[in-house]
Amino acid sequence: MSDSGSIFSLALGLVLSGDAELWSIIALSLRVSLTAVALACLIGLPLGAFLAVVKFPGRDAVVALLNAFMGLPPVVVGLFVYLALSRSGPLGVLGLLYTPTAMIIAQTILVTPLIAALARQSMADLHVEYDELFRSLGLSMSRTIAALIWDGRYSLSTAALAGFGRAIAEVGAVIIVGGNIEHVTRVMTTAIALETSKGDLALAMALGLILITLALFVNSAVLTLNRTARRLAYA
Amino acid sequence: MKRYLSPLAVVSLAAVALVTIAPVTAEAEDPFIIVQSTTSTQNSGLFNHILPMFKKKTGIDVRVVAVGTGQAIKNAANGDGDVLLVHAKAAEEKFVAEGGGVKRFDVMYNDFVIVGPKSDPAKIARGKDAAAALKSIADVKAPFASRGDDSGTHKAEKRHWKAAGVDIEKASGDWYRSTGSGMGATLNTAAGMGAYALTDRATWIAFKNKGDLQIVIEGDPKLFNQYGVILVNPEKHKNVKVKEGQAFIDWLLGAEGQNAIRSFQLDGKQLFFPNAGQENMKKAG
Repeated sequence: MSDSGSIFSLALGLVLSGDAELWSIIALSLRVSLTAVALACLIGLPLGAFLAVVKFPGRDAVVALLNAFMGLPPVVVGLFVYLALSRSGPLGVLGLLYTPTAMIIAQTILVTPLIAALARQSMADLHVEYDELFRSLGLSMSRTIAALIWDGRYSLSTAALAGFGRAIAEVGAVIIVGGNIEHVTRVMTTAIALETSKGDLALAMALGLILITLALFVNSAVLTLNRTARRLAYA
Repeated sequence: MKRYLSPLAVVSLAAVALVTIAPVTAEAEDPFIIVQSTTSTQNSGLFNHILPMFKKKTGIDVRVVAVGTGQAIKNAANGDGDVLLVHAKAAEEKFVAEGGGVKRFDVMYNDFVIVGPKSDPAKIARGKDAAAALKSIADVKAPFASRGDDSGTHKAEKRHWKAAGVDIEKASGDWYRSTGSGMGATLNTAAGMGAYALTDRATWIAFKNKGDLQIVIEGDPKLFNQYGVILVNPEKHKNVKVKEGQAFIDWLLGAEGQNAIRSFQLDGKQLFFPNAGQENMKKAG
């Protein structure tokens, strides 16, 4: 096996060569995972805030379930979505199996509980702080939830990033519902799995290195965005 | 209250997200078919060699889902593909008999080989008898890495163990290691633990992490590995693209496809040997 130095130079060479195929794989990875995270935030953030604000019988059970689902095995989610989208499944007529949309659906299911659970925790903490103020203002429930999400947006971005980390790194779900089809549904993780199975461990590692760098870029971008927004808000 | 995210804003955000997904499904695309196939045909590079030729001629994009033969047949039985190209004749014929496919055709063949560590604990190197070699491996309890995934190669392996008269179920977890994964992953495991393994020759030649492994058994006529192609039954699954799928099968079985298969080489070696229609010729002769 090649040493780490040559893997690094291989990764660098791949990026610098401007290999069109590599870039299309990177673009698809980002498109699928970012869309899934956006959708998961749309569902998960209000859900988390709702669970933090509204008391109802069985809430603890729902929260426990949500927390447990943070650890949903990707391959099980993949199988579930496959069975739903298969031509023999209930949603087969849509013809979505082996498309990026199927991958987005699978990853959305995968990361929504994670984002909702993390959001619930930070919203619950925030709610303790604001509860009296909100009461005195006589805010409706939906207003309260919206206010909490807005005020907790910086800590919620961490929840979104955790979701992104889980989505961009998983291979179990997307390889089943996407099929790892070249030029159509091949993303970074399935490409790495493929190269590993070809025994090209150096190339697989190089792709892994690029994937990690990619995650680093996305995280830094969000961090910078947060910081800039904060500065503007308090300027 | 302006600072608060109103429900309206949430809805508009949702709209933005939906617009992001919309192009994914609404992309203008070339006509395409989905082929359920095996890892050996993809990992060796065969598809990368022949599919561009087919696309150039017909404009049809072939999307390959490469999984083990067992899973490929199940996916095809669910209607999740237009064409099935795998290597487990008995299972393929069963698939057609059960109405999953229209008709099965021979496409090409290559052969299986047994690879093992250079130290060769079972002393079987350069042999030609697969069953005898497996018996020796079992006798000395040398580690053997199996696919264990109901793939075509796994089915073939089980046949050879049966011929050798070895009960592998008993040895599983001991010297017999069932990896439950693809050919490449199993070869990685074998290389890592110095185990023997049965592999198709194409994957072996293309495999880049051979480590200490080498071919120890080859040339046994029983190690023959036939590939077949089947159109998924459109009467059972209305979504099957009959015209495009049949065009691909006709091309594969015709002179152009057969020549394309023949011209695929790696390290100067031909990996697959076309033999479409030869069965019928034998019958006729």
